[in-house]
Amino acid sequence: MLQEMTKTKNRVKIAPSRRAFLVINTVLLILLAVVCMIPFFNLLATSLSSNEAVDAGAVGLIPVGFTLNAYKVLVTKVAFFRAFGYSVLRVILGTAISMAVITLGAYPLSKNAHAFRGRIFYAAFFILTMFFSGGLVPTYIIISKLRLNNTIFALVLPTAMNAWNMVLLVNFFRQVPKDLEESAKIEGAGHYRILLQIILPVSLPALATVILFTAIQHWNAWFDGTIYMQPDKMPLQSYIYTMINEATSLRQSLTNDPNQAELLATIPPKTLESAQIFIAILPIIPIYPFAQKFFIKGLVLGSVKE
Amino acid sequence: MEQTTQTRMLSEPVKSRKPRVHIKEQLTFHSMMVPGVILAIIFQIVPMVGIVMAFEQYNVVQGFFGSPWVGMRNFYMLFNRPDFVRAVWNTVVIAFWKILFTSVLSIILALLINEVRIKNIKKTVQTILFLPYFLSWALLGNIMVNLFSLTGAFNNFLGIFGIKPVYWIISNTWFRTIIVASDVWKTIGYQIVVFLAAIVNIDPALYEAAKIDGANNTQLCFHITIPGIMSMIVLMCILNIGNIMNAGFEQILVMYNPSVYETGDILDTMAYRIGLGIGGGSTAQYSMGTAIGLFKSVISCAVFSLSYFLAYKIKGYKIF
Repeated sequence: MLQEMTKTKNRVKIAPSRRAFLVINTVLLILLAVVCMIPFFNLLATSLSSNEAVDAGAVGLIPVGFTLNAYKVLVTKVAFFRAFGYSVLRVILGTAISMAVITLGAYPLSKNAHAFRGRIFYAAFFILTMFFSGGLVPTYIIISKLRLNNTIFALVLPTAMNAWNMVLLVNFFRQVPKDLEESAKIEGAGHYRILLQIILPVSLPALATVILFTAIQHWNAWFDGTIYMQPDKMPLQSYIYTMINEATSLRQSLTNDPNQAELLATIPPKTLESAQIFIAILPIIPIYPFAQKFFIKGLVLGSVKE
Repeated sequence: MEQTTQTRMLSEPVKSRKPRVHIKEQLTFHSMMVPGVILAIIFQIVPMVGIVMAFEQYNVVQGFFGSPWVGMRNFYMLFNRPDFVRAVWNTVVIAFWKILFTSVLSIILALLINEVRIKNIKKTVQTILFLPYFLSWALLGNIMVNLFSLTGAFNNFLGIFGIKPVYWIISNTWFRTIIVASDVWKTIGYQIVVFLAAIVNIDPALYEAAKIDGANNTQLCFHITIPGIMSMIVLMCILNIGNIMNAGFEQILVMYNPSVYETGDILDTMAYRIGLGIGGGSTAQYSMGTAIGLFKSVISCAVFSLSYFLAYKIKGYKIF
């Protein structure tokens, strides 16, 4: 009520200069948001245009020579769907393994140093892995030596122990009231049972946050797929990157040579590339507003800890 | 490693009141750490040990510990390479501009978005700006490459004003600008949300009190909002500075091409090309690639630790 009143009072008192600022500010921000969406409009327009219009550079925000051809070709591409399926598999398997490992680890670390004597040692160990890494080449060699190349484990195991996500969970687990755990202990529950039946159900929102972030990370990861996997086993984004990369270098090497026009014709057109990128973006769009909401919640919770 | 802690645990609690329960409890805790520790050892600690390669003439047959030891030779060779010096410079310059623009613009935009009175517009703008953050460079990078190519939409747009098309993505004059701008586009939503969350946490009573004292909106912004989020600004800036050696490997790998190595080749991409022998390199020079990676890791780790130490000292920020 009081807020309503002050609001109306403010509205009456608004100075013309303030009103002008508010209007201009709002309009400019809307414009900025629209400008930030332009690359996506352009992508969609390209995927719906004719190849000739795209090659001539005529496509802006509206499709030129509207056609669904790129999507029709895409529907028949087995490799694309196989890559899509591999991505889904990766997201499910990768998220499951990672969540199992980090929830298990986060629970003891959420205890204080007195209750869990090894805490400082483990914390130092994981901080080391957060701040220093062996780099690309040794990691690549280890994974090759373990013969994980071209198996899904090369994609899901190395990132499973994500110390940053584990820290997030540690902070969440600390918010759980101690009484809950104490009463369960008195009833004779062990720590595995406490974790599974008390801590996890209570911190479901936190788990949802980390699950969502891990899943998005797996959906978006592409570099590892390009170096560890053969083309027929690449997840979607690695597949798209590799395909476009090859097409681009082919285009650059062939453009000046008229004799190779036939080869040039076999390169997938840009409209098809755009259609594939657009399809890869689609699954994120309905999900990310939730991720954003959880993210803000996590920020607020995180600030409580100080 | 774990074994030693465990045995220490076993001998310690003898003095405590209920020793047996204690030991069992500690063992349960340790058992929970096992999967994480094993994975970290295999995929993080062992590669760290693999860094010895940087001081060897590594070959696959003799392995990490059998290959001939060459000491600092790889590093001497590296420091004399002009493309290495160039990569160091490019890394720092690109990372610096990214940090600067993202930080400054995100603070300004957070303050402006906070002033919007219509809630739906406020939320929608925030959400739209956050979208690219959730997408990968494999997709965004290719969208950008198409946008700034010779036949891309950007040239199309400039054509309206009679400006001749430029091949932006292969131009050494423009490459860094495009990299920094598209990175700001991708990551700014994240920082805006962080600052907006900090603004929401400011005590509304402060604003009321200032209004009673006759403060206008500009004064409210400069005397309450900005000081109110100052601690978050300082924290984010310190943590961002830790990224001075991270110019964005995935982004540049997708967006660069041999004609812009001069302004766009960074340490990570150089280590990738030389170390794995992909794209331009002839054969994989494992030792050289590792040496480049180690050089970057050491500086990166030092800067990163320093920034976290400062964040801890100044703002009491703790990881664990």
